[in-house]
Amino acid sequence: MLRKIRMATAAFCGVLTTLLFLDFTGTIHGWFGWLAKIQFVPAILALNVGVIVFLVLLTLLLGRIYCSVICPLGVYQDMVSRLAARWKKRRFSYSPPVSWLRYGVLVLFVVAMVAGISMIVSVLDPYATYGRMSSNLLAPFYCWGNNFLAYLAERTDSYLFYDVAVWLPGIATFIVAILLFMVVTLLAWRGGRTYCNTICPVGTVLGMLSRFSFYKPVFVADQCNQCGLCAWNCKASCMDAKNQTIDYSRCVTCMNCIETCNKAAMKYLPGQTVQKKTEVPAEIPVKPIVAMADSRRRFLSVTSLFALTTVAAKAQTIEGDGGLALIEDKKRLEKETPIVPPRAMSLQNMNTHCTACQLCVSVCPNQILYPSGKLHNFMQPEIAYERGYCRPECTQCSEVCPTGTIRSITTADKSAIQIGHAIWNKEKCLVDQEDVKCRVCESHCPTNAIQLVPRDPADPDSLRIPAIDNEWCIGCRACEHLCPSRPYSAIYVEGNHRHRIV
Amino acid sequence: MQSKKQNKNINHRNFFKVLGAGAATSTAALYGCDTGNSKTGSNSSGTSYTEEMTYQTNPHTGDVVSLLGYGCMRWPLRTNSNGEEEIDQDAVNDLVDHAIAHGVNYFDTSPVYVRGWSEKATGIALKRHPREKFFIATKMSNFAPELYDREAALAMYNNFLKELQVDYFDYYLLHSIGGGTDAMETFRQRYEYNGIFDFLKEERKAGRIRNLGFSYHGDIAVFDYLLSLDMQWDFCQIQLNYVDWKNATDRNTNAEYLYGELVKRNVLAIIMEPLLGGRLARLNQHALNILKQERPEDSTATWAFRYAGTPEHVLTVLSGMVYMEHLQENIQTYSPLQPLNQREYEALEEVTELMLRSDYIPCTECQYCMPCPYGLDIPGTFAHYNRCITEENLPKSSVDPNYTKARRAFLIGYNRSVPKLRQVNHCLGCDECVPKCPQRIPIPDEMERIDLYVERLKQKLTF
Repeated sequence: MLRKIRMATAAFCGVLTTLLFLDFTGTIHGWFGWLAKIQFVPAILALNVGVIVFLVLLTLLLGRIYCSVICPLGVYQDMVSRLAARWKKRRFSYSPPVSWLRYGVLVLFVVAMVAGISMIVSVLDPYATYGRMSSNLLAPFYCWGNNFLAYLAERTDSYLFYDVAVWLPGIATFIVAILLFMVVTLLAWRGGRTYCNTICPVGTVLGMLSRFSFYKPVFVADQCNQCGLCAWNCKASCMDAKNQTIDYSRCVTCMNCIETCNKAAMKYLPGQTVQKKTEVPAEIPVKPIVAMADSRRRFLSVTSLFALTTVAAKAQTIEGDGGLALIEDKKRLEKETPIVPPRAMSLQNMNTHCTACQLCVSVCPNQILYPSGKLHNFMQPEIAYERGYCRPECTQCSEVCPTGTIRSITTADKSAIQIGHAIWNKEKCLVDQEDVKCRVCESHCPTNAIQLVPRDPADPDSLRIPAIDNEWCIGCRACEHLCPSRPYSAIYVEGNHRHRIV
Repeated sequence: MQSKKQNKNINHRNFFKVLGAGAATSTAALYGCDTGNSKTGSNSSGTSYTEEMTYQTNPHTGDVVSLLGYGCMRWPLRTNSNGEEEIDQDAVNDLVDHAIAHGVNYFDTSPVYVRGWSEKATGIALKRHPREKFFIATKMSNFAPELYDREAALAMYNNFLKELQVDYFDYYLLHSIGGGTDAMETFRQRYEYNGIFDFLKEERKAGRIRNLGFSYHGDIAVFDYLLSLDMQWDFCQIQLNYVDWKNATDRNTNAEYLYGELVKRNVLAIIMEPLLGGRLARLNQHALNILKQERPEDSTATWAFRYAGTPEHVLTVLSGMVYMEHLQENIQTYSPLQPLNQREYEALEEVTELMLRSDYIPCTECQYCMPCPYGLDIPGTFAHYNRCITEENLPKSSVDPNYTKARRAFLIGYNRSVPKLRQVNHCLGCDECVPKCPQRIPIPDEMERIDLYVERLKQKLTF
């Protein structure tokens, strides 16, 4: 029964947390956004004292329920392990803890967190790892499924589903996601919770607490015949049936042992003391290869893959009526300072608080957030402009961010925060280069920071060029995205190191 | 007169065979004999397929022209193995074969239609039929200033003779006179200073042009000027439908006036835009109900075609049919034509009232403005906007009862019909399209208006 309850709650949390990364409409966030916010590392980064206290008390009371139910990566590993059990039953046995690795990784994690080495933090955070797996590997399939329904809907004149672009925001992050996916899956397939008990820093911290948890599974000595059935099914490999001991620092309270035991010799009871165990030096399990993918700066999108043969916009020689001019893809101009979402406060803040879970990247309806490929802010979000711009009505990223990196914001606040400033490039502007009338940047500036002024000050009827008042510019990149100059926009936004109120 | 209802269960071809003779006599009777150019059901050829269509005789050359004319400006497209778009020639051949087999004998093309591919494709399809089975119409479409040059214009003239391997044009038009910011001057540049007008008159004399006429959109001065000349025009192509009869959009001219002028000078009218670019085929529910009460089985398109075909001095009604179903329905409508009666005219007047109360953009999706050099899909955007008006998905204010639903339908439908990079927010307002629009829509202004509207919906602003 206890196991059933654990599985049901785990399925609930696992599915919904996954959906947070898949649902591009933001509907599920409205209801279950809290599932991301009760994750351990994000709660620490957000200094969310309530959640931290709750998780500590939960662990002290019931053991590592967090690892079995709340952590999506843990739930995922259980799933893999369960699948593996179909091929091979009774595949576990007691193995001693690999303490030096566990505590070593924990120390590394803490040092990285204090020193602000975001890359190490984000690679080790189990929630972020799961987030990257879902958003990079699962989301495309979800979107394709949605697009199929949208295709059907379009043919039945229904507006229930709409098409979304499937794209790959960052190649480096994608590679990291694939590698971690392979490592975690392989470890789970072969050794159940090996990852959680040898690498995961959250597992180690909670393990330190769960040693002293009030409720825990215990052997009922007079009923146990030491058959070893429980240990064979213990995916944490923490049960020593011979000695009737359990390493509670590694037990994830999955209740499998209780259900497996046919002598009713396992009980989940309060107040039992931990039995002393002997430390045995052990063989080291497979060490995961955490590859830092080459930080290619290239932005790879599905469209750019197909758009290899684009030609300049004016390519079609105008012979007859109809047809569409080809549109050349925009190229990304490398910025000196990356642009991060409003209320992320500053680059510094982004760097030290974000675990690169990709939640904001997944939900951004304008597809302007992408994970950086640069080392100093590896996998953390930056704003690009090729697919859209930061629209005035949208505050999605601030609503979903579980680490508090991007703090909650209203649309009114947003229109008053300068995240970057616009710069006009005369050499690219069509008004100047091709002598055409153009109003695109001016008419789409949400703060009216752009005015059109006569190119020739002496002639008020001359073609008009943009004049930017950077006091009002908020850096939304509407002008840059919509600018008809291709492949480089004639107006672009350079990021601010620190955001400021206009 | 046989009603359509009775014949529903009869196979198409048989239906014509059985009814051909009856139709012929009944239409003739209905029209009476109007100095030799009344519409008649032709029964002269003796083949089964020419017996059903209603025909009109051109008094100037005696051509017996089918009331349904094929407009070749919207041929179906396909994507070839290189990923490029091209005309779906097989589909064109099928359509042309079916049309000819069922009595359509007028084909109207132009060197600029379908990105300049129409003449060739039409030529290929028609070459497979005996020359005397069809009348071919094409135009002097020298819109671009570089074609004002005499040699360039002559090249345009000669090209089609080559494409079709014929040595004469049945119908030749001065294409879309009345356009340009200064329409009279534009006309002179296109036809008079370079001597092309005189050249065309000579060609008529020499018999290489059997019928000379012009098509008109825009500034009425040029229309009046051409009709006041001391020459007999063989035909004239005008925009006529039940909305444009008395309520042509501000800078176009009412069809009532145009048609009246033509009747005075004994010039038969060829009708274009009978469906107003398809808008009269997609009426809103209210308007649809009015028509369905009168004739529950007729489509809205059938009404529009009957309207355009009913006036006596109409030679043929052009329709740019892309789908076989449309072709079949239109053939059906004119086989034979059942002229509108008084009650039906009144019903259409009511529908017109409803149409005028909505704020449609008078775009007929003719594609003359395309391609926009900056990649925008202008007709696609207007079509979406008009479609939303028809389907009542264009909320007038944010407190409309169906606002949420309509907003969703508008925005999702917009992304479906126009790719993001081709949407209105990319419009520069460069004005390049303005002189190209035969309906004289102030395109950049309309684009800006739609852009603001889209922004209101996207930002969920109160309005």
